[in-house]
Amino acid sequence: MKFDKPAADNPIDRLQVVGKPLDRIDGPRKVTGTARYAYEQHDVVPGQAYGYVLGAGIAKGRIGAMDVEPARRAPGVIAVVTAKEAGALKKGKRNTARLLAGPEVEHYHQAVALVVAESFEQARAAASLIKVEYAAAEGAFDLKAAMNEAKKPEGDDPSLDDTKVGDFAGAFAAAPVKLDETYTTPDESHAMMEPHATLAAWEGERLTLWTSNQMVDWGVTDMATTLGIPKENIRIVSPFIGGGFGGKLFLRSDVLLAALGARAARRPVKVTLQRPLMINNTTHRPATVQRIRIGTTGEGKITAIAHESWSGDLPGGGPEVAVQQTRLLYAGANRMTAMRLAELDLPEGNAMRAPGEAPGLMALEMAMDEMAEKLGMDPIAFRLLNDTQVDPEKPERPFSMRRLDECFRVGSERFGWSRRSARPGQQRDGNWLVGIGVAAAFRNNLVMKSGARVSLDAQGIVTVETDMTDIGTGSYTIIGQTAAEMLGVGIDKVVVKLGDSAFPVSAGSGGQWGGNSSTAGVYAACVKLREAVAQKLGINSTEAIFANGEVKAGNRSLPLASAAEAGPLTGEDTIEYGDLDKTHQQSTFGAHFVEVAVDAATAETRIRRMLAVCAAGRILNPKTARSQVIGAMTMGAGAALMEELAVDKRRGFFVNHDLAGYEVPVHADIPHQEVVFLDETDPMSSPMKAKGVGELGICGVGAAVANAIYNATGVRVRDYPITLDKLLTRMPDAA
Amino acid sequence: MVAAGACAALPAMPGAARAQPVSRGEPVTASVSMSVNGENRTLQLDTRTTLLDALREHLHLTGTKKGCDHGQCGACTVIVDGQRINSCLTLAIMNQGVQVTTIEGLGTVDDLHPMQEAFVKHDGFQCGYCTPGQICSSVAVLDEIKAGIPSHVTADLTAPMAVSEAEIRERLSGNICRCGAYSNIVAAVSDVAGRQG
Repeated sequence: MKFDKPAADNPIDRLQVVGKPLDRIDGPRKVTGTARYAYEQHDVVPGQAYGYVLGAGIAKGRIGAMDVEPARRAPGVIAVVTAKEAGALKKGKRNTARLLAGPEVEHYHQAVALVVAESFEQARAAASLIKVEYAAAEGAFDLKAAMNEAKKPEGDDPSLDDTKVGDFAGAFAAAPVKLDETYTTPDESHAMMEPHATLAAWEGERLTLWTSNQMVDWGVTDMATTLGIPKENIRIVSPFIGGGFGGKLFLRSDVLLAALGARAARRPVKVTLQRPLMINNTTHRPATVQRIRIGTTGEGKITAIAHESWSGDLPGGGPEVAVQQTRLLYAGANRMTAMRLAELDLPEGNAMRAPGEAPGLMALEMAMDEMAEKLGMDPIAFRLLNDTQVDPEKPERPFSMRRLDECFRVGSERFGWSRRSARPGQQRDGNWLVGIGVAAAFRNNLVMKSGARVSLDAQGIVTVETDMTDIGTGSYTIIGQTAAEMLGVGIDKVVVKLGDSAFPVSAGSGGQWGGNSSTAGVYAACVKLREAVAQKLGINSTEAIFANGEVKAGNRSLPLASAAEAGPLTGEDTIEYGDLDKTHQQSTFGAHFVEVAVDAATAETRIRRMLAVCAAGRILNPKTARSQVIGAMTMGAGAALMEELAVDKRRGFFVNHDLAGYEVPVHADIPHQEVVFLDETDPMSSPMKAKGVGELGICGVGAAVANAIYNATGVRVRDYPITLDKLLTRMPDAA
Repeated sequence: MVAAGACAALPAMPGAARAQPVSRGEPVTASVSMSVNGENRTLQLDTRTTLLDALREHLHLTGTKKGCDHGQCGACTVIVDGQRINSCLTLAIMNQGVQVTTIEGLGTVDDLHPMQEAFVKHDGFQCGYCTPGQICSSVAVLDEIKAGIPSHVTADLTAPMAVSEAEIRERLSGNICRCGAYSNIVAAVSDVAGRQG
């Protein structure tokens, strides 16, 4: 189905099942521990052996010599795989560094060997016997030191280009009120709860991989490239994924090593990345240095806005696209953005939840708060004054729907914004300094091609098959709701099967495109199935109404199941998009409100209240969508207050590479969170009229926390995370 | 204190079968018996096997999750003799004769435990990987409060202990949920606590 005209009325608009806050259909399995993840497929193939990964002990250089013989001779060991045993391997197009080092080492904890043994304990013990001699090379590990040599990112992707509209320099120089500040965000880790894990089994030339991956087809494609075997020979099964946040978008070393290990051992092998290996072995969100300049009239109209960002990555990698929201969020005739990329030899940087916007808004929305103060304006009023209904770079191009203003208005009323003191450091609650802050949330709505197959059997059971994944997002449930709505049955009559490359290729889970795109693919397949049902029942499909398990046309009404009496009926299709996302800018919007209390003596920050108001098209399931947003708010709180990978700038690695050292929010850090969704449908996005929310929820949260801390204390910290050491010496007198 | 504690740990497993003398190169194994979800189980295990791996890899009770294997995340929380523990931080052979309750022992898909039911109702999870640990921890937390065991946020040690959101948040802080379902988990646990009266 080609979606190239705005959606008209369609069966989804009946909202009998879609739009309801249903419990997750996979919920009972998850809460009973019977949803099985990658490392838990005990019964799918016999004779599974255990792999244990050894990571490189240097950041850059070469392996001089490696003695694996003691490991080979250790009890229970079946095979040891290194680059030497692996033979020629290519690199998948989505990987920057190779997944198995040797002789070159490109980053710390890059895998250098896999030990396969009868048991986990034996593999672990044997791995410790491998002796590696390294010839370490000099590397670049310090973004600030490498900034001056940073270059314009290479490649054909126009979103990486410098942008210029009007005369920024002239307008900024002439502006009566201006801001020119630099903000920094640290390297961050996805730190999903389920470590990357894979069970690999060869059957002749055919390879089956039970793994934990957000993008099944990318995984198959990149694995085929890496091993140099046909794509058809690889099957990936990924039914449950214990969190991803972008960290499981790509093929990672667990998959490759399990496959190589299984080939060497001539047995199925399962591999999980050990938690202390994960952070340096896999990808992370790169640190940024961001310079923002804003010039306004005396009344607060933006006349000039510039956002520049510096980040680093391994050779061949890409930048953190932290400037992209600044091209679209606020009006202003004269504007520029630019990104510069430094070569660093730290582990590979890549996408983490809302890549670009998450760190970009941490800077931009703090700058907006600072600018409002310079102008003596309310921070919300300042933002609304510079709101726009068109792409500021191309005024002829409207937003498909943009209700940022309403998000702020609804939120400020609900949160009690009018009680905020414009002067910071004014509100005291015992030992605590209390403040509130706000920030805009903005994230583009991406649409992706997505396929599905839907079948109906004689019992009236509807089965959906798509390689779409559920990473906690609620895909199982919203896909079930979509099929139920389209076929006019209850969700109890729908079976949803996901995460298998044997199923039609879907959008996958990333970039908050999964919910809207994958359900649109299911919609398309259901349209095909409806046609097949109507034809079978001798009904005109355009007149047919599917409701209450029946198909009605005129005064005829037949049970849906009767169409499949002679055998199951199947509809398969893929949603593809025209240029509605080019003629119209499609984005999602929100406003985050945060109240913090900062201990007047210790500068410890506690978050007291959080509210997000979101405008993101049709909300397919308010319960699971709300969970996406509160989860993202939680990760945003982590980014504001605690998350930071500490870089060892001499040895070139992230020091705090486990869950004890890399601090993420825990229960005690997070208060009750409130989420409001504006009631809207966006007919430009898809037949579902939905957009994404999973990343919108993190966008702007960090700045809202930072702005609340400023409001509480009068201390502005532009270097995230805002830990107490950065506040302590500048706190108002505790008196 | 520390030395005494360490010594005391040894006689604490008198029932554990003596390590089997084995041929060179083979792992040292020992027999351990425990009740798991009400069923007596005896395993001959490599003595390095954690309780977590005994459950997951030997009994195939994979509801208990391995998130970090280092006691940092709480995903492996199970209830041993009435107390919640990180099963990755205890060797299986140290648990001779104990009673273990895992997520599979609390309820089934067709017969959910009230805490499991509340987690579904309040959407107290997303990816589901920390969930069994959160639920085992939550069940044990309510028992701890009932038993009058104080926490860091308990203001008055002599007053009758009450379930509050602050108590729940404090006591569950050893169970990380990276999906960030905390707000909903507190709602689920409060719901169950309210019903228990």
